[in-house]
Order: sequence, then C-alpha cells, then structure tokens
Amino acid sequence: MVAVTRMVVRRLLIGVFVMWGAASVIFVIVRAAPGDPAAVFLGPDADKEQIARLTAALGLDKPLFEQYVRYLGDVLRLDFGESYRLGRPAMEAVFERLPATIDLTLTATAVAVAVGLALGLVAGSRPGGAVDRVVSAVTIALQSFPTFWVGIMLVLTFALGLRLLPSAGVGTPAHLVLPAVTLAFPFTAIVARLTRSSVAEAMREPYVQTARSKGLSERQVLLGHALRNSLIPVVTIVGLQMGALMGGAVIVENVFAWPGLGSLVVDAVANRDYAVVQAVTLLIAGVVMVLNIVADVLYVRLDPRIRTEVAS
Amino acid sequence: MGGRVTAQRPDGTGAVNPPPGTPLLQVEDLVIDLPDPQGDVVRVVDGVSFDVPAGTTVGLIGESGSGKTMTALAVIGLLPDRAATGGRLLWRGADLLRPETDWRRVRGHQISMIFQDPLAALNPSLTIGRQVGEILRRAGRPRAEVRRAVIDLLDRAGVPDPERRMGDYPYEFSGGLRQRAMIALALAGNPALLLADEPTTALDVTVQARILRLLRSIQQEGLSMLLVSHDLRVIAHVADQVVVMYAGRVAERGPAAEVLRRPAHPYTRALVASVPAVRTRTALADPLPGTPATPAHRPSGCAFHPRCPLARDRCRAEVPPAREVAPGRWSACHFAEEVLTP
Ligand SMILES: Nc1ncnc2c1ncn2[C@@H]1O[C@H](COP(=O)(O)OP(=O)(O)O)[C@@H](O)[C@H]1O
Ligand code: SF4
Ligand SMILES: [Mg+2]
Repeated sequence: MVAVTRMVVRRLLIGVFVMWGAASVIFVIVRAAPGDPAAVFLGPDADKEQIARLTAALGLDKPLFEQYVRYLGDVLRLDFGESYRLGRPAMEAVFERLPATIDLTLTATAVAVAVGLALGLVAGSRPGGAVDRVVSAVTIALQSFPTFWVGIMLVLTFALGLRLLPSAGVGTPAHLVLPAVTLAFPFTAIVARLTRSSVAEAMREPYVQTARSKGLSERQVLLGHALRNSLIPVVTIVGLQMGALMGGAVIVENVFAWPGLGSLVVDAVANRDYAVVQAVTLLIAGVVMVLNIVADVLYVRLDPRIRTEVAS
Repeated sequence: MGGRVTAQRPDGTGAVNPPPGTPLLQVEDLVIDLPDPQGDVVRVVDGVSFDVPAGTTVGLIGESGSGKTMTALAVIGLLPDRAATGGRLLWRGADLLRPETDWRRVRGHQISMIFQDPLAALNPSLTIGRQVGEILRRAGRPRAEVRRAVIDLLDRAGVPDPERRMGDYPYEFSGGLRQRAMIALALAGNPALLLADEPTTALDVTVQARILRLLRSIQQEGLSMLLVSHDLRVIAHVADQVVVMYAGRVAERGPAAEVLRRPAHPYTRALVASVPAVRTRTALADPLPGTPATPAHRPSGCAFHPRCPLARDRCRAEVPPAREVAPGRWSACHFAEEVLTP
C-alpha cells in the first residue's frame, strides 16, 4: 500500500500543474471576454473617470502579466481574491454554495451509477437480446436529449402536470429529485453503455466458462465473476464523468433555481466578477483532481495485476 | 442400442436404475452443428460414439479442428449458444442432451473440466483459494471447512505451501502452478469424470511431464478422465482407451496400447508414424502428408481419402461405418483388415 501512497503523491504533484494550467487559462479567458467589471458594476450612468478609478482599485489597470504574477502569488498564499460585487472573499462565497452543488452531483451520480449499472448488466449479459436492444435505444435517447430540455420536460410532467414534485428551489429532499434526475440523464447513459460493453466482453472470457463449469447459475456467473472485472473501466469513467457533471450542474442549477456553484458562476460571469469565476474554476479543478485520484486508487484496488505493477 | 433404462433422476444426474456395468459416459452418435461466421451450418461433429467406463481414461486425439473440444464441451453442456446437437450423451445411463437436464448439478459435481490456457481460465481478480473453494462455499459449507478443503485440494494438486499461496492471484502463479490450481478447482466438487482439454499444450516441456504425472496420480484415485490432445505422446502416457478423430468423425477407437502399436486405420498409422519414438525407437518421423480435412470442407466418402495411401474408388463414394474389426477394436475404414495385418 506504500506504493499506492506513492502513486497518490505523484498524482497530486501532477494535479498541482493541472490546476496551475486551469488557473492560467481562466485568468486569460475572463479578461479576454468583452465587457469590463468596473463598467458593468457602475452601470450605464457612470462616467469615464469613475470607471477608471474603480478599475485602478481593482488592480485591472496594471499590465496583464503583472496581474497574473500577483494572482498566482495570492493563490499560493491561499488568497483567492475579493469579489468586488459581493464585497467579501470570493472563496467564501464559493464555499457557501458548494454544499448545494455537492448534494446535487452526488445524488445524480448515485442515480446514474445505480440505474446505469443495472441497465448495463442486464443488457450486457445477453448481448443482442431483446433487453439489450431496448436498453441501447433508451441510452441513445438519454444521451441525445439536451439537458435543459430534459429538465423542462420533467418539470412539465412531474411538477406542473402530475403535481408530484416541486418545480424549483430548495428545502426538502423532494426538491432534489427533478434536478438530480435531469443531471443524471446523460451520465446514466454513459455508465449503462460502458457497463454493457464491458460485461459483454467479460462474459466471453474463458474464466466465465470455468465459472459455468463449476455449476454456477448464469446469475452467479454474472455477479460473481463477470461483474467485478467489468467494473474496472466503469470506475474510471465514473471518476472522470463526475468532473463533467459539475459542468452539467451549471445548466441544471439555472433551470431549477438551485443555489449552487452553477448559478453563482453564471451570475459571476454576467457581472465580470473575475475573482469568483477564478475561485470556482480552481475549486472544480481541485475536485476533479481528487476524484480522479480516488478513481485511480479504486482501480488499483479492483485489479490485482495493477496493484503489483504499481508496487514494482 | 435401444431397450436401455433411461428413466431420469429428477435432478438429471443419471438414470434411476442404470444396469450394472453401464459405462459412466456413453457418447452415442453425437452430432454438433454450428453456424460459421458466414451463417452456413457446419456439422463439426458427425456421429461420434465412444464410452468412458468408470475408472478409465479415454484419450481423444486428432489434428486441430477435428472436433475434440466441441465433443468435450458437449459433455459438460457448454457448447456455444447457437450449437445444435443430435444423438445421445448417456451419463450413468440417462441422456444429458434432454432438455430437463439440470446442468448445475452435473457441472462441477459430476463432470468438471480443465482447459488449455490456465491463465485465461482463471478469474484474474479473485484469489486462487477463492476460486478453488467457490463450489464448496456455494454449497453452504462453513468457512473454516472450505479453507481446510482448499488447502487439501491444492496440496493434492501439488501446489507447494498451499496455506500461503491460496491468497495469491493467478498472475502470481507460474504456468504449471496455474494448471495445478485449475486441477484443484476441477476436483473441488468431487466429480466422477474430468474433461481435460489439451491440459499441457500451453506449458513448457518439463512442466508438461509433471502435470501428466499429476493427472496419472489423480487417475489412480479412481477418477475417470476424457483427455483431449493433439499430442500422441500425451495420450500414450495417460490413456487406457483412445478415440482417434478426423474431421469431426471417429476414425478408430480401442485400447490405447493396441491402437498405437497396431493401428486399424490408415490415419492412425500416419499419426503414429509422424511422431518420433512413441513406441518404436526410430528417431525420424514421417510427417503426415497433405493438409487436414476440416468439417466445413469434408471430402466425400471417407474424409481421409485425399491423404490416404490405400484410398480407392469406394473410399470416395461410401462413408465407411465404424466396425468392430478385432475384439474391442473399432475402425471406420473400408479396408481396416488390410491395415491391421499388412
Ligand atoms: N464458436 C464456433 N463457431 C463455429 N465454428 C466453430 C466454433 N468453434 C470451433 N468451430 C469449428 O468447429 C470445428 C471443431 O473445432 P474444435 O472442436 O475446437 O476442434 P479441436 O478441439 O479438435 O481442435 C473446427 O472446424 C472449428 O473451426
Ligand atoms: S476408407 Fe479408404 S480412404 Fe478411408 S482410411 Fe480406409 S482406405 Fe483410406
Ligand atoms: Mg481444441
């Protein structure tokens, strides 16, 4: 297990570089986008001088490179800047919104993994069968609907039509259902398709024949022998996709008025609140890095061969 | 044939009342049809018959593609899904090919199988001990008892230091040890028949000899075996009876020693001649002439006729039926007598 620790440390070091890259890219992008924070903040009535004064106060009058060096130095001291609009540290605002997004993405992940694994497992155990064909049609559909459209359809059906669930906002677990399901749609399809092909492949392996030759039922063969080996690629994808899910959360949060990072960042972008956009980016990059490391550790734990490769 | 008692036990593990002396396994006119990739149905096994009496080892020999593996898979009910079968496979007098067979009671407990490539045949992500003990664990035996049984099985199969090595994964075992672990796995359910499909083909020569010795010692414990091999030396080493297959049909069968010493079929004779020093001391071997016929392109009449030095017109026209040409010796050659007494 010392070897795994070494792998984690290596990944963390790489992760630091990735986060540096992400911070740099977003630093440039927010400043390259049209619109100027001071002008946006002060509104159409402000005169040139007021704008110039605020721009200087925000440090945005300095050459880009100087701003960049200052920014990196601040980040290294864990100072992620002030939100000029909210009048408080950007990271503080981000952390306030983080739990709502975590609730949403974790619930969506749980739904996607549970439903995706189950669909993939039944489809992959009999490739080409009737169930397989239905599942593959369903997953193609799930993947091709745009997220906001899915959200609106679910709201129309379950909130406005059947009046079973609230259409927006927070408060009760029921509020979580529609946004989480919306967010889970394409993710479920990815998990289902990957599980399907992975299970179908495992079921063709000779060790599955061995398992049958022991007198196991097809179900025991599937769950006891094929599933474990087919989980290995699925775990990796779940880890990677959870990062992408946070991207999807931006849209879903705005459709459902969910007070998470997504709605925060949309606000921040609209108001050219650079510090908040940068803080959210860094946080998401960090979360994705951690998720990838967790996926890698799980991957190593699931496959004994890699476990030793890592050790040597 | 006919007039046999074939009433099944409810679980499909043999006839209720097999007459005394009934062979453990009787393969009667076994036919296996498989669709090839183009969708054409190919008769890969065409009317194969032989017996495996209790306590004996039957060697199934033939060139690659002659249908040996398919025959063995049929016996344990593991043919590909699209395979269609005909004939009978009588297990203790009851037909396994009938739809009511409960294969889950047969496989592992009555009949088990080991495969050519032990690494592929073992689950890469489960420990050896878990795989060997699975059949016992699933039968509801207590943990400690399963553990003891696994250690004992691995020990019998010649895995050194079984207590420690049962925690290893397949990739941590050498080729020979993997096959030993497979053998332990196959013996776990205490079966009466072991199907061994080319069990030594994938192994180093020195390891091959050791695995063969192990199979012989298992044989001496009273287990019956159907040993599939394309290697005459392996068969000569281990088998009591031999069945020679050619293009999905039986060319000849009989007691191994006699068949190999005095073949009753030109194909067997060519096979023996192609192997240096099976029984004789000749160092040089005559390679088998021509290319093997495949079930997909089976020549008319006797499938061996394009390669047979004795072939004549009748051979091209008429499929030779298997005949008893000497006590216990069956040959599917129109001119078996000529071959037997040259
Ligand atoms: N899955 C399959 N589908 C169709 N044909 C097959 C399949 N597997 C094997 N065959 C064909 O069946 C014949 C017998 O194969 P097999 O029993 O494996 O021969 P052997 O074990 O004697 O080498 C071969 O001609 C082979 O091409
Ligand atoms: S039947 Fe004819 S061709 Fe076939 S083995 Fe006998 S002699 Fe040769
Ligand atoms: Mg074979």
